[in-house]
Amino acid sequence: MACITKLMQEMLRIRLFEERALEEFSKGRLFGTTHTCIGQEADAVGVIGALRRSDILFSNHRGHGHYLAHGGSMHALAAELMGRSTGVSGGLGGSQHLHFPGFYSNGVQGGIVPCAVGMALAEKRKNSGAIVAVFLGDGTFGEGVVYESFNIASLWGLPVLFVVENNRYAQTTPLAVNFSGDFCLRFRAFGIEVCEIATTDVTVIRATATPAVTAVRDNGRPRALVLHTYRLGAHSKGDDFRDPAEIEQYRKFDPVLILRSKLSDPEYEDALAAARGEVSQAFAQAETDPWPDCGALLDARAELLKV
Amino acid sequence: MSTVLQALNEAMHEAMARDERVLFLGEDILDPYGGAFKVAKGLSTRFPDRVLTTPISEAAITGIAVGLALRGMRPVVEIMFGDFLSLAFDQLLNHACKFRWMYNNQVRVPMVVRTPMGGRRGYGPTHSQCTEKHFLGIPGLRVVAPNALCDPKRLLVDAILSDDDPTLFVEHKLLYLSRLGQLPNLSHLEVTASNSASRYPVVSVRIANAPRAEITIATYGYMADLALDAMWRLAMQQEVFAEVIVPTCLSPLDIEFILSSVQRTGRLLTVEESSVSLGWGSEVLSLVAEGISKSGRLVARRLGARDLPIPSSRPLEDAVLPSVEDICDVAMQLVIKGEN
Repeated sequence: MACITKLMQEMLRIRLFEERALEEFSKGRLFGTTHTCIGQEADAVGVIGALRRSDILFSNHRGHGHYLAHGGSMHALAAELMGRSTGVSGGLGGSQHLHFPGFYSNGVQGGIVPCAVGMALAEKRKNSGAIVAVFLGDGTFGEGVVYESFNIASLWGLPVLFVVENNRYAQTTPLAVNFSGDFCLRFRAFGIEVCEIATTDVTVIRATATPAVTAVRDNGRPRALVLHTYRLGAHSKGDDFRDPAEIEQYRKFDPVLILRSKLSDPEYEDALAAARGEVSQAFAQAETDPWPDCGALLDARAELLKV
Repeated sequence: MSTVLQALNEAMHEAMARDERVLFLGEDILDPYGGAFKVAKGLSTRFPDRVLTTPISEAAITGIAVGLALRGMRPVVEIMFGDFLSLAFDQLLNHACKFRWMYNNQVRVPMVVRTPMGGRRGYGPTHSQCTEKHFLGIPGLRVVAPNALCDPKRLLVDAILSDDDPTLFVEHKLLYLSRLGQLPNLSHLEVTASNSASRYPVVSVRIANAPRAEITIATYGYMADLALDAMWRLAMQQEVFAEVIVPTCLSPLDIEFILSSVQRTGRLLTVEESSVSLGWGSEVLSLVAEGISKSGRLVARRLGARDLPIPSSRPLEDAVLPSVEDICDVAMQLVIKGEN
């Protein structure tokens, strides 16, 4: 079992980063939009900590937590959100389009799932020993390509872990209006073993994810983890029409709060201070970083058009 | 004498033999069937572990190819009919073509999507369309069309083994039957690959020792066969001489060779089998109009399929798709118009 203090540190890094991102967004210092994972940090830390750094992660529009948990540079993420040349994607990608070796994200619902399956096929053929984990939300289950991908992953026996974060809302639309049937049965229908838990306790998620990851690696077959969770923040910004009483009720299950009870006050304060320091430094550096060079953009275009 | 189909089949064999990273995915591509149009013939027998016949899941297999390419493979996908490319569009537009760019040039996506395209077989509205027009102008996507004048084998091998960006490779169904090196009156033609240094040449054809060409016909793929027929008819029946310019890379398009021909002839006819509105010819004409010198004159027409779905019945299909007669008629209209 991973050290509780370390789990707390990792969750606080994400929590404080996301809170700062929202603050910067409100000040108009970020471009586009941002989808925070406040309330869902235990999924990222719990599952991704069970992977090896050499494993491959494909994330989605709500990917900052996944990125940080897989070892992405916080400064490069802050700089990306601020549109700076030092951003992890040089300011071209923004929040939803992040890449460093072993990590990929894209903002189109569902489309990343076949890409992840293809990566698993590549790793299998290379005998690299790496597995691929791909994160899907509940809303993504409306996309047909997801089911095509489940079918092929199972048919061809590919080492991919499908991680479902059911945060109960597809943007503003509640699950009940969006979703029929059952998550687990969807996987089982394709012969994919699935494990389902409803918790925000990161230690439980880690304990569930670890054997699932091992099974994917050892058996070279897909598996699924269905994590029922709750998004405490808005989908992005200013688009939260949920009943405040409902949100309040879920605050009891805030993953940071749940883990807090397992740490002493000084341990928690230390973790908090460390995360504060890192976030503050990341944004301080990012906001003084240079803007991307638009001349280079034209060079890149010429390169792209070159036959 | 070998056909374009044989050349493309040989290209697949050669690419898979030369590079173990080449994986081939598609529907019904295993022997003995060997794919709906037989480009896949023999591959699954020779490379059983690298030829993956797939469920009817165009979106997923295109996405799987993207994932393979991102992790060091060089996948080739066969989409059984070009009409079904619509199912793979999100994977091409939002994934294959954007990763290199939006990840700041840190990745490449070397993949080829091959597909039979076009009508004249009576397959009707959903199995006869030339859908390539919908894939033109997408930043990061190469759209390549072989023809019987170029070396289709080299074209496909290079697209698979040497091009590190996603490529849509458009194979007209009737082109499969076209014979290589067997053009009518070949010995009387001047055929030049204008930019032979490029992976994707532009082929120029004119009748050897003919008088100055009065019209430029820009076309691609199978329509080049029809354009060459038209070029002979115009010469023999009307004493009107044409230059036919045939790019193999439709997008991004190097307009230089078409433009320099139009500078000489003053007349441009674009010919394609896609529906004519807002298509390849529209872009060619725009680029020529923008690029033509101040003293240059220009009369132009676009010829393509009528803006309709493709009918099944032969006389109806013929009425919708451009023919050799149509090319000759429109060319003559332009020649007469340009004389005023």
